[in-house]
Amino acid sequence: MTVSEASTGSLIPEGRDSLLKSEGFRAFALFMLSLGLFLLFWEVGARSGWFAKGMPTASKTLEEFWWWTTNPFFRNGPNDLGIGWNLLVSLRRVAIGYLLASVVAVPLGILIGISPIAYKAFNPYVQLLKPVSPLAWLPLGLYIFRDSELTGVFIIFISSIWPTLINTAFGVAGVDKDYLDVANTLGASRMRTIFKVIIPAALPNIVSGLRVSMGIAWLVIVAAEMLLGTGLGYFIWNEWNNLYIPNILVAILVIGLVGLLLDNIFAFLEKAVAFGRNS
Amino acid sequence: MSLATMDGAISEEQRSPSAQVSIRNVTKVFPGKKGFFNKLTGKASSNFTAIEEISMEIEPNTFVTIIGPSGCGKSTLLNMIAGLMPITGGDILLNGEPITGPGPDRGMVFQNYALMPWMTVAENIRFAVETVDPKISAKRRDRIIKEHIQLVGLTGAEKKHPHELSGGMRQRVGIARALAINPQILLMDEPFGALDALTRGFLQDEIERIWEQQRKTVIMITHSIEEALLLSDRIVMMTRGPAARVDEILEIPFPRPRNRETIEQYPAYSGLKAEMERHLFRETRAVEEARIGGKK
Repeated sequence: MTVSEASTGSLIPEGRDSLLKSEGFRAFALFMLSLGLFLLFWEVGARSGWFAKGMPTASKTLEEFWWWTTNPFFRNGPNDLGIGWNLLVSLRRVAIGYLLASVVAVPLGILIGISPIAYKAFNPYVQLLKPVSPLAWLPLGLYIFRDSELTGVFIIFISSIWPTLINTAFGVAGVDKDYLDVANTLGASRMRTIFKVIIPAALPNIVSGLRVSMGIAWLVIVAAEMLLGTGLGYFIWNEWNNLYIPNILVAILVIGLVGLLLDNIFAFLEKAVAFGRNS
Repeated sequence: MSLATMDGAISEEQRSPSAQVSIRNVTKVFPGKKGFFNKLTGKASSNFTAIEEISMEIEPNTFVTIIGPSGCGKSTLLNMIAGLMPITGGDILLNGEPITGPGPDRGMVFQNYALMPWMTVAENIRFAVETVDPKISAKRRDRIIKEHIQLVGLTGAEKKHPHELSGGMRQRVGIARALAINPQILLMDEPFGALDALTRGFLQDEIERIWEQQRKTVIMITHSIEEALLLSDRIVMMTRGPAARVDEILEIPFPRPRNRETIEQYPAYSGLKAEMERHLFRETRAVEEARIGGKK
């Protein structure tokens, strides 16, 4: 490429075609195009019998999606609940388990992070329990609590505690030494240093831990509810028993959208506590 | 030529009774990793003597600059004066009392500003003021904050967060925060090291202006010869590490207030500058040669 070409290239994106050239617009156009092609492929494929027998068409699925989202709250017995009720049940379980986990994980993480000895001493527990699949706790929960509701909350608690705990401890342990030196040279008390310096400094890490935990809680609840009754997970399980695939796809879409919304809330929170730091 | 030189080690009779800071035969050794386990993992290392038997007396209301090649233990010395680092041997006295830890009688300005990113300009200064005096009245506290923001020329930026400020403005906040607790001594660890040349010049002029107003004792570390000559009453030149010592202490006799345009016209200026350049070149070259030799 010659120099003149390069310089004219950088001069062009001005004036009326700047909107068409902007990255955001082009990404959106590509997204819409790919979505259209995907739906077309799905529709044609389902009608021509390319996929498994009984696979619903795209139009049928969207029609069901529209019906379920416009009639979210109805009750015709335990196996025929509006998807809104199921969503609320799932959200309530997640909220209770997740809040309990956060209330334990954040202070514990701070305590562990402050002391290098505690950090080393408790790390093996965390590393051992973190990779355990949440569903492995299910029988244990059912045995201990003998109650599906409590077990659901327990599973959320035990699986969403680790990311917050690890990130909090990591953030607290890694607080910039300069900030601590400032507090030290001023003669700040230990408590003042912890509350005014260490916790705010570690807040971006704490919030990203909470974000990962929320993602995991939302992943886990659907799986756990398949075995519990009520909730979005049970909705899917129930439709599987009815062998009605469009509703399963509707539920997947609803779960994805709610997960996206929850994640966006935390992305916003992360931005709010970053103050120019990128983490 | 008014070039007063002294031997590094100060003998008993040279100790000044009026000194505000007395550094007496101070040594800092960083312990190496020893023991069977470290030997087994190949992590064993020997003790590292950063500075050895350093002595100097600093009179009140003087501006002292410490200059030396990289890695000579300048920051170590400053951190020990600040009380952030324990002393291995010798004593550092502040008004005749040995330093045992950090305290609000010493204000510190950090190279990387060390402002709390989640606090605004005013909140950063407020944190310092309230930490030092938790029972201060709101009225007095706010007056101190306002005065010091004014002192460093940041009026109007009180509610900004550090990431919204330029490097030079951030360091102004750092200086305001250090002065707001009204310390006896201001410690500055390469305060302009991270700034571009132009901003550096602006801030040097600011420091000169503020120093004329307050005349606090200042101990500053720098790499810049011109900066040291512009600001200091005395320049301590350190030898290369390990086991760095004081090579020479220069008295800078130029009258104040000083000005960067006119300071070069004093006859002694070029001689002092040449002296410092010679020293720094010699020490830095020796550091590099030692490093090449060590790699073989």
